[in-house]
Amino acid sequence: MNQQQKRQREMQEEYRELIQEIKPKPPVLRNCILAFTVGGLICLVGQIFLHLYSTQGLGVKEARAATAATMIFLGALLTGLGIYDVIGKYGGAGSIVPITGFANSIVAPAMEFKREGFIFGVGARIFTTAGPVLVYGFLISVLIGIIYYLVH
Amino acid sequence: MGSKVGQHSISFSRPPVITVGTTIVGPIEGKGPLAQTFDWILEDLLFGEKSWEKAERKMLQESAKLALKKRNLQEQDVDFFLAGDLLNQTVSSNYAARCLGIPFWGLFGACATFVEAMLLGSMIIDGGFASKVLLAASSHHNTAERQFRFPTEQGNQRPMTSQWTVTGSGALLLEDNGEGPRITLGTVGKVVDLGISDVNNMGAAMAPAAASTLISHFQDTGTGPNSYDLILTGDLGKVGREVLKELLKKRGYLVEDNLNDCGLLIYDLEKQDMHAGGSGCGCCAVVFSGLLLSQLREKQFHKVLLVATGALMSPAIVQQGETIPGIAHAVVIESG
Repeated sequence: MNQQQKRQREMQEEYRELIQEIKPKPPVLRNCILAFTVGGLICLVGQIFLHLYSTQGLGVKEARAATAATMIFLGALLTGLGIYDVIGKYGGAGSIVPITGFANSIVAPAMEFKREGFIFGVGARIFTTAGPVLVYGFLISVLIGIIYYLVH
Repeated sequence: MGSKVGQHSISFSRPPVITVGTTIVGPIEGKGPLAQTFDWILEDLLFGEKSWEKAERKMLQESAKLALKKRNLQEQDVDFFLAGDLLNQTVSSNYAARCLGIPFWGLFGACATFVEAMLLGSMIIDGGFASKVLLAASSHHNTAERQFRFPTEQGNQRPMTSQWTVTGSGALLLEDNGEGPRITLGTVGKVVDLGISDVNNMGAAMAPAAASTLISHFQDTGTGPNSYDLILTGDLGKVGREVLKELLKKRGYLVEDNLNDCGLLIYDLEKQDMHAGGSGCGCCAVVFSGLLLSQLREKQFHKVLLVATGALMSPAIVQQGETIPGIAHAVVIESG
């Protein structure tokens, strides 16, 4: 049995090497440039709104909150219009990391599961993608809060 | 009556005839290079229904009905209906069967389902249990995405190894006599797993199963790659096809020009940006029932080995750390 398992593992290892050889390489440079550009453009839009809000009389804190809300709205709107997944296809991490990507990850399942109803569909599954980010985000912030309390 | 050949194969003494083949595909497939070969191209993915699942069910149902219509038959003229799809509990097939009211066998062999149905249908006819068997298989890009991967509107970047699930349904009518291509032999595949757990590289997960079934087929029947005008795999895609060639080469079988893949035929990979190619039950079903069937009828090919491959993947089990097993079934179709 042990001998057989060992042989099986060797075969799998060998096969994995073959796959690595044959697998097409992702266009890393192109992806990086696109992610940088798309991510940069999203941040530029955010910056414009921040500037707009702070010159219209909002304080620094309020202007930041208003900018975040605006970007979340835009991310959700573009998802609803079926545009954000196209941006994501080219932007990659550049469109996932900004807050618009977070909005997309919540609105996309909400749209997807609407057909199963508002309780078992939208309500139950809206956080399928964003759930882990929220759970561990909260957990870490609590841990850091405790550490901060203890240190001070 | 037919008999078993070697360890994995079956030979039919009264080879069933494929009298009718029908295909329904989605809009993207309808823009691909095989557009001319399809009976019905949908304008949108909903097919007038309220959900994609209902659209897939309707597609399967309509492709089966169209097969009866082409042959001027009623539901009660058919002895059995064999169908399968990718969704949980094979719902598309079950609900299509609810509408058709023909004695029904629901099948699941992932993307190998269509050939599994061809094999079983042929055995039923050759065994004398039926004179007409209707079979169908379907897949739908959006129902598959939401069940196996991500919500469709999520902004993800698909890796180069990923394949695009075909929206389509193909149906065949097998009969005990008549004019047309015949299914003469079949090889039943084993479940093979070489430890791939990447859900975005199905070709690599399925290629070992294809190699295993092909080698068994060659050994059982005393044939080789050159015995066939065409060896057509179901949905290995670009990556899977290269891997299959390598695996066969290691075992001493050189396959070059006469190996093709339904997943590579159905799209223009570059123009339609399809990465590694098409996949899904519907991929093999619509390419065979459309393009291949007419090529066999016109005798462009005399002897074709159709090998459909399936990745027996469950998202929950893969998340629990398991690898993805593959299966492949093969049938030999002769132009007659």
